[in-house]
Amino acid sequence: MTEVIHIEKKNVKFLQKVVELSGEEVTMCEQCGICTTSCPMAEEMDVSPAGIMRAVQIGDESVVESKAIWFCASCFTCTVRCPRGIDLAKVTEALRQLTLRKNVDHIDLDEVKKESLPAIALVSALRKFTG
Amino acid sequence: MRIGVYVCHCGGNISDIVDVDEVAQFASHLPDVVVVRSISHMCSESGQKAIVDDVGEYRLDRVVVAACSPQFQGTTFEKTLLKAGLKPNMVEMANIREQSAWPHYEMPEKATEKAKVLTAMAVEKIRRAKPVERESMKIGKNVLVIGGGIAGIQASLDLANAGFNVFLVEKSPTIGGHMAQLSRTFPTEDCASCILTPKMADVAEHPNIHLLTYSEILEVSGSVGNFKVRIKMKPRYVDESRCTACRECEKVCPVSVPDEFNLGMTKRKAIYLPSSIATPHSHVIDADACLGIVPLRCGLCEQVCEANAINYDDMPKYINLDIDTIIVATGFDIFNAKLKPQYGYGKFQNVITALELERMIVEAAEGHIIRPIGKDIAFIQCVGSRDKQVGNLYCSRICCMYATKLASLLKRADPSRDIYIFYTDLRAYGKGFEEYYRNAQNLGIKFIRGRPGELMENPENKKVIVRVEDTLTRKIIEKEFDLVVLSVGLVPSKGTIEIAEMLKLPRSSDGFLKEAHPKFRPVDTPIEGIFVAGTAQGPKDIPDTVAQASAAAARAITLMNKGEFEMSPIKAIIDEEKCDGCGECIKHCPVDAIKMNGKAKINIPICKGCGACISSCPRDAIDLKIFSNDEIMAEIEAALKDKKAGEKRILIFADNICTYTLADGVGTAKMRYSSDAFIIRVPSSSRVTPKMMLKAFEMGADGIFLGECEEAVSPYPKTLKVIEENVKKVKDALSKAGIEPDRVQYSPFVTVMFPKFVNIANKMAEIANKYGNIPEEKRKKLNIVEVVE
Ligand SMILES: Cc1cc2nc3c(=O)[nH]c(=O)nc-3n(C[C@H](O)[C@H](O)[C@H](O)COP(=O)(O)OP(=O)(O)OC[C@H]3O[C@@H](n4cnc5c(N)ncnc54)[C@H](O)[C@@H]3O)c2cc1C
Ligand code: SF4
Ligand code: SF4
Ligand code: SF4
Ligand code: SF4
Repeated sequence: MTEVIHIEKKNVKFLQKVVELSGEEVTMCEQCGICTTSCPMAEEMDVSPAGIMRAVQIGDESVVESKAIWFCASCFTCTVRCPRGIDLAKVTEALRQLTLRKNVDHIDLDEVKKESLPAIALVSALRKFTG
Repeated sequence: MRIGVYVCHCGGNISDIVDVDEVAQFASHLPDVVVVRSISHMCSESGQKAIVDDVGEYRLDRVVVAACSPQFQGTTFEKTLLKAGLKPNMVEMANIREQSAWPHYEMPEKATEKAKVLTAMAVEKIRRAKPVERESMKIGKNVLVIGGGIAGIQASLDLANAGFNVFLVEKSPTIGGHMAQLSRTFPTEDCASCILTPKMADVAEHPNIHLLTYSEILEVSGSVGNFKVRIKMKPRYVDESRCTACRECEKVCPVSVPDEFNLGMTKRKAIYLPSSIATPHSHVIDADACLGIVPLRCGLCEQVCEANAINYDDMPKYINLDIDTIIVATGFDIFNAKLKPQYGYGKFQNVITALELERMIVEAAEGHIIRPIGKDIAFIQCVGSRDKQVGNLYCSRICCMYATKLASLLKRADPSRDIYIFYTDLRAYGKGFEEYYRNAQNLGIKFIRGRPGELMENPENKKVIVRVEDTLTRKIIEKEFDLVVLSVGLVPSKGTIEIAEMLKLPRSSDGFLKEAHPKFRPVDTPIEGIFVAGTAQGPKDIPDTVAQASAAAARAITLMNKGEFEMSPIKAIIDEEKCDGCGECIKHCPVDAIKMNGKAKINIPICKGCGACISSCPRDAIDLKIFSNDEIMAEIEAALKDKKAGEKRILIFADNICTYTLADGVGTAKMRYSSDAFIIRVPSSSRVTPKMMLKAFEMGADGIFLGECEEAVSPYPKTLKVIEENVKKVKDALSKAGIEPDRVQYSPFVTVMFPKFVNIANKMAEIANKYGNIPEEKRKKLNIVEVVE
């Protein structure tokens, strides 16, 4: 089954929103895929980094629901290699912000036992899963 | 002084909107006007005849044609004047069609008023104009071609066959350039050396070509028709005319060094034949590698040379040439793949460049296996091209096709090979290229859309692991390859950069040589008499290189063929009485046309007539022969003279190449803009001095705008900077006098920026409306504020 995406105003709005939040010209992506094979987490992702860029370009909002954007380790390897000079890490951060700004807590601090998580993971979890 | 004014109807184009009779009536009261006619088609034979007759009957010495754009019919009327026995610059056109009837078609009254002012401006301008003699310059038939790749070879042959004298200077010991290194050539797959060697032989034998290999250009001075060139011929230590290339010497020579022709993959001796197709076909001693020539340390080669060709006493020769035109064909270098360390070139033994593969294929065909090629082969595209990370934004244009070619050759040689080309966009733009691409797919070569981020080496078998996202299936593909070939891009050669610096040729943002106009003068450089051909100008394949080389030869011939050429009459002149030799102007001239000899002296053939120097002179000693200070001031004055209180006048200075053409385009498209905007044509807005602008404000201008070509299309490099400085000075002076500084602005244009032009004309008018007219007391202050240097 081939999915059909109907491009509507909201698709364009979504792209504009991500461009605004990230400050990156997502339309500049030439879909070379260099970011994907540079990414240490790509194999864990349900959408590849280049796939994320494409989804944003066509305004496919479902990418916000992807797991991939939370797997991004913000290692910036993609950013230093992108031949179009796009800072992808900023784009995934913008996509995470779209969820975070909905103000839903995905982690309840009280329920986390202090010793159960390494400190760095705790900080990272708070940043990513708490709005 | 006796002026005739001719108002054209343009068969209704003008007269349907503008009241031409009113304009004619108005013109009859202008000073020195003795005849006024309103005529249906001025450009027709009868229109032109009217001028010729009137010049005879009324002894006219100047003519104004109020009609269309001077860019449209200017030369027509210049010729008419010649016929009438006047100097061609004694006619001025008032552009009442493109600048009035058309853009203001909705407001006929305003259009008529503006047409009157435009006509008055033209009359005042021509009153100040002095007849200018067109100067011709003698030019000979000697051409210097720099670089002996296929571009230089083709240009030399064309010129030599047309009877011109060619000096072909090549820095390496043989001509041929990169093409000599290639296996076969896409899309036809002819063998590169088979089609190149006959041409190389023609060059060597042609009576009109003086081939100077192993030579470098030391110095070039002078200008078109009169270049002085100094060349150094390095000693070869082998007499070309005697050497039979028997190769006996190589057998005894004890020194082995990397062979540059095979990119260091093989070795050569200190005495060597540069390649099997070297032209001249002679050995040469690499003095750096040789054990010692002065004093002689080894001397073995001399002992075996039966032809007595070896001459250890050879010395560098210095040659001075008088040259009329120059063709630069200094070519490209391949991108240094080590600058992309993630691909492991130089580190992984099975990662090579495409040029290395070319050499491997040629050598293998001659029975010499440099290294095994293997079965599983990958090509990685766009290495060093289209990559912001290495600073090369451009596409190298040939690598898609050469990869397709190399893959096809390897696949055909051994169909069991599994060959992949990893690309981002496949560019098969040329004649026969798409068919060639199809053919490769048909052979079973796999084109995968995706570029790998990095390559890895399998430590056990040294094979290269490619992981790449197939961006079409969104899956990551991983495969081990025997050989990975990097499709490296093209960069300007070191020699190109050196020659650009020596000849002061501008380069475009990609680093390659810049042409005078990207569309209409693609093989001219901005310096008259210097042309460019081949990959020195930008990445291209052999067919395009050859086409460009023939074009450059034709352009050089066009200039030299008549034995003299007519120079543009727009040139700077120095008033020797005023000039005190301070040298300020030298810094402003974008093409180094000013020399100091106690006083400033203009090198007429080099001067482009931009006028950028004028504003730099603290003593007002510089002027242009056409578009002189007096003429421009007269136009400004006429544009502002009858301005009524409350009326606004914006002066738009438009450079003749971009902004003026653009304004014509806007008019032709009937795009409307404020009728308060008056356009004044100048060769370059850099000739509009701060003093002129302040004077204009003093006389009642409400806003001034300067338009100039964008750097990339400008025939004058660096004038935008002069304009920026001049505008800043005016802004400062306005501020001091309490006048809003944004009444003066400038911007670069190209000829297609229609909406931008309209917006700017309207914006300038809006600013003037917002602020109102500049009060008289403030205007008077402009008289005394100093122009800050
Ligand atoms: C791997 C590879 C494969 C290719 N395959 C094909 C193909 O199949 N088909 C095709 O059409 N094209 C192909 N090309 C492109 C082709 O090589 C070029 O189009 C062509 O060689 C350009 O010729 P040129 O004369 O402009 O430059 P070059 O060949 O670079 O020649 C420039 C010459 O100028 C000399 N020189 C440089 N500076 C100076 C100086 N300051 N003074 C004196 N001499 C100087 C150099 O020594 C050189 O001899 C390929 C290119 C590469 C890299
Ligand atoms: S590396 Fe850059 S250009 Fe290439 S696919 Fe990723 S984001 Fe797009
Ligand atoms: S230099 Fe002498 S020995 Fe060497 S190739 Fe030439 S002719 Fe032969
Ligand atoms: S020609 Fe092909 S491989 Fe070369 S830079 Fe352009 S797109 Fe990349
Ligand atoms: S600045 Fe322009 S006008 Fe002046 S000398 Fe140089 S080229 Fe000629």
